[in-house]
Amino acid sequence: MSWEVVIGLEIHVQLNTTSKLFSGSKLSTGAEPNTQASLVDLGMPGTLPVVNKEAVRKAALFGLAINADICRHSVFERKNYFYPDLPKGYQTTQLDKPIVGAGVVEVQLESGEKKVVRIHHAHLEEDAGKSLHEDFHGMTGIDLNRAGTPLIEVVTEPDMSNAEEAVAFAKKLHAIVTSIGICDGDMSQGNMRFDVNVSIRKPGEPLGTRTETKNLNSFRFMERAIKLEVERQIDVLEDGGEIVQETRLYNGDTHTARSMRSKEDANDYRYFPCPDLLPVEITDADLDALKAAMPELPDARKARFMADYQLSEYDADLLSGDLATAAFFEGAAKAGNDAKLAANWVMGELAAKLNAEEKTISNSPVSADQLGQLIARLKDGTISSKIAKQVFEACWAGEGDPDAIIEAKGLKQMSDSGELEKIVDDIIANNTPQVEDYRNSDDAKKKKKIGFFVGQAMKATQGKANPQQLNQLLKDKLG
Amino acid sequence: MHTKTLTELKAGLANGDYSSRELTEHFLARIKQYDGELNSFITVTEEQALAQADAADQAIAAGQSNLLTGLPIAHKDIFCTEGVRTSCGSKMLDTFIAPYTATVVEKMAAQGAVMLGKTNMDEFAMGSSNETSFYGAVKNPWDLERVPGGSSGGAAACLGARLAPAATGTDTGGSIRQPAALNNITGLKPTYGRVSRWGMIAFASSLDQAGPMGQSAEDCALMLQAMAGHDHRDSTSLNEKVDDYLGALKEDISGLTIGIPEEFFPDTLDGAIADNSRAAIRELEKLGAKVVSVSLPSIKLSVPAYYVIAPAEASSNLSRFDGVRFGHRCDEPQDLEDLYKRSRSEGFGDEVKRRILVGTYALSAGYYDAYYRRAQQVRRLIRDDFARAFEKVDVLMGPTAPETAFKLGAKKDDPVSMYMADVFTIGVNLAGLPALSMPTGFINGLPTGTQVIGNYFREGQILNVAHKYQQVTDWHRQLPTFGGEQ
Repeated sequence: MSWEVVIGLEIHVQLNTTSKLFSGSKLSTGAEPNTQASLVDLGMPGTLPVVNKEAVRKAALFGLAINADICRHSVFERKNYFYPDLPKGYQTTQLDKPIVGAGVVEVQLESGEKKVVRIHHAHLEEDAGKSLHEDFHGMTGIDLNRAGTPLIEVVTEPDMSNAEEAVAFAKKLHAIVTSIGICDGDMSQGNMRFDVNVSIRKPGEPLGTRTETKNLNSFRFMERAIKLEVERQIDVLEDGGEIVQETRLYNGDTHTARSMRSKEDANDYRYFPCPDLLPVEITDADLDALKAAMPELPDARKARFMADYQLSEYDADLLSGDLATAAFFEGAAKAGNDAKLAANWVMGELAAKLNAEEKTISNSPVSADQLGQLIARLKDGTISSKIAKQVFEACWAGEGDPDAIIEAKGLKQMSDSGELEKIVDDIIANNTPQVEDYRNSDDAKKKKKIGFFVGQAMKATQGKANPQQLNQLLKDKLG
Repeated sequence: MHTKTLTELKAGLANGDYSSRELTEHFLARIKQYDGELNSFITVTEEQALAQADAADQAIAAGQSNLLTGLPIAHKDIFCTEGVRTSCGSKMLDTFIAPYTATVVEKMAAQGAVMLGKTNMDEFAMGSSNETSFYGAVKNPWDLERVPGGSSGGAAACLGARLAPAATGTDTGGSIRQPAALNNITGLKPTYGRVSRWGMIAFASSLDQAGPMGQSAEDCALMLQAMAGHDHRDSTSLNEKVDDYLGALKEDISGLTIGIPEEFFPDTLDGAIADNSRAAIRELEKLGAKVVSVSLPSIKLSVPAYYVIAPAEASSNLSRFDGVRFGHRCDEPQDLEDLYKRSRSEGFGDEVKRRILVGTYALSAGYYDAYYRRAQQVRRLIRDDFARAFEKVDVLMGPTAPETAFKLGAKKDDPVSMYMADVFTIGVNLAGLPALSMPTGFINGLPTGTQVIGNYFREGQILNVAHKYQQVTDWHRQLPTFGGEQ
């Protein structure tokens, strides 16, 4: 009997507010260590936190996006533990009364099935600083620029049963938080970090002991870490062993994981309501204002793409998820006046190229307008799809807009039938044996053998011949 | 000059009787002469004080006086003062030069006050005798063998001996009122949230409140006028209009209803202490106040509830003193754990450690419900008791402390008996109410005080009650023999 896998996720989503959760410091990436840390962030004696209203609004907006109950009086608590990059000796977070209550996220699986993942809750909390272990000659450096950065921690129910579902959910969550504009979604900058809880059991049995693998910062690492952990647990149990409840660390470079601490070493965090902060009040008017300002959600966008652009559900799903991708697609479709072509190009050539060069669509060298122009030229017959790929490469390399490239390189499709006719005549005159052979063949063979003449003509025209026109001409002339 | 109240000194400055520099030099000289024995200051900021005094004299000459222009004031060493050591009475912060200034200090400076220095206090404000200070015990100017009370013991003692004409304090469980009573001065703990806590090193955040300590209710009103107000940097500071406290002193108190909580006069109370407070209440009756008996049945639970809540918050508030960013760091730490353990073991004194341990225990898994949650429930009961009483009365009165100043070291090994002496003051902090202590006579040459508790934001009213009393009595003008000619 096979094993059943049970997965729950905790996702830290970094909010893209102007300032930190409890201080006026700017959020920063790449600033010199400790230059974006105020007295409050340093935990100076006598300093006090003041909650950032923008962070509260963004957290509540997320709650509305997943149809969750919004807590009207959510409470910040202190989670007490000692660590050098935790300046106050406690993290200000939420426990009993989180701002976002239970909600749901619907996920489209590759199989076409839909899966509902329940959200247990999401709470607001501050991030810690960073400990720097290099360059300090056996000592540790502390950088508090990140300390106090606002996060929402989204906690799911254990509703996922394999790595693919977990990744599909994670991508959907990414789509939601970027669509509503509360998170920049840049995984390489740690904008989203995943903790995965994994356990296995035989069908029908109670839940097995779970482990938690922390701080996975890419979809790929998450998928691989889950698979690795599932395999490990199966091996342990099938060898008659027992799973130990523990926290594990996954190393993406070596594709290995190790135990970080077991339940026995777990801290007693001594949570209690933070006496420096009042409960966060959210009124009906606040919620109405948020609802009115709610940006388009991925599901609504997908439905619109299917209706407005006649995309298949699969294509619509792929293109609507990520806000940047959706905007790129819509831009290219409008500029090129052909949604189907735009969809194919965004999901095909562009995606492959971005992937190969490890770029995101936001920093694609080819803009949506440029892709649209390319599509327009393809559509009006100025270039063939083969030439289009060449133009795309040139555009990617920064050689200018597609029109300019076509012009400069003389890539315009040959549509002057007189010119093409002359080339075809020359080919027929210069290849007598092949012409004879063609003329003596049956129809089925002719279909294959015409390829030789097409190739010759394309060579002579440097690929600029209109394929349909060329085919017709050859058939007419060869007989 | 030192026998004059702050209010009188303000008039003298305005009248040109003396300059702020003369005034400041006079008090600096007194500190030099007497504080070696009293130990009421941790740091004297002579240079800055004189510079501020000169600036004040220029402002006065230019006719640009503010509320406190040119008046010397001593700040408790719990308030951060930029560029000046802010020790909180602890070895942990012995070398800590604050990089910013507390709102209270800033607001008073903005009104022209001259800072004489930073006063001694129980370590991290934990204590009622000022014996837990890293800088040594403060002595009571009325009897140098006795404690001045605490935790604002340095403030009360320097004021009692007139080494400063006014001082700031903080009150978490009675730390302004009890030392005020023991040193024959007037001290006010405002409504929780009336005065900003920004820059005031936290002991128990939900209870801590800064307030004025002065020679009279009028002096306290003058200082509170400068201290009070909303501060956007403190989320618990209340956005309520600041009353005209000096104006409130002009109101009539005939018809005022004084409630006497029977729990403040238990059978076990020292008769002489009870007599002094009853005599004070009778004086107010003569001025037209009515007296009724009330009950605060849950008040007896205030000491145990307080000694769970305050240490619990303290255990968390004091976690930031870890030897990493500021404060004491042990020599040659071997690893992280060694750094934490030795820095904190060396930096904190016994009473602070005791409270961190108690608070950590009270918040621990499995004990939270039995201690912390229960204590919060008791806190609500106490608040409800006061609310019911204030439906019937305007103010509540009783003794501030159940005893006069005790001998230094007398309670060293008996912290619980010291905690029990907070019984009359602690309920007020748990409820967040304003209360003051005023001098109401002596027992064997030692001062006693009576507490006046008001409803939320009625600082003006309780200051007025004390002011009316002080207009018909002169207990508050009595001075100890220590401190020279009077």
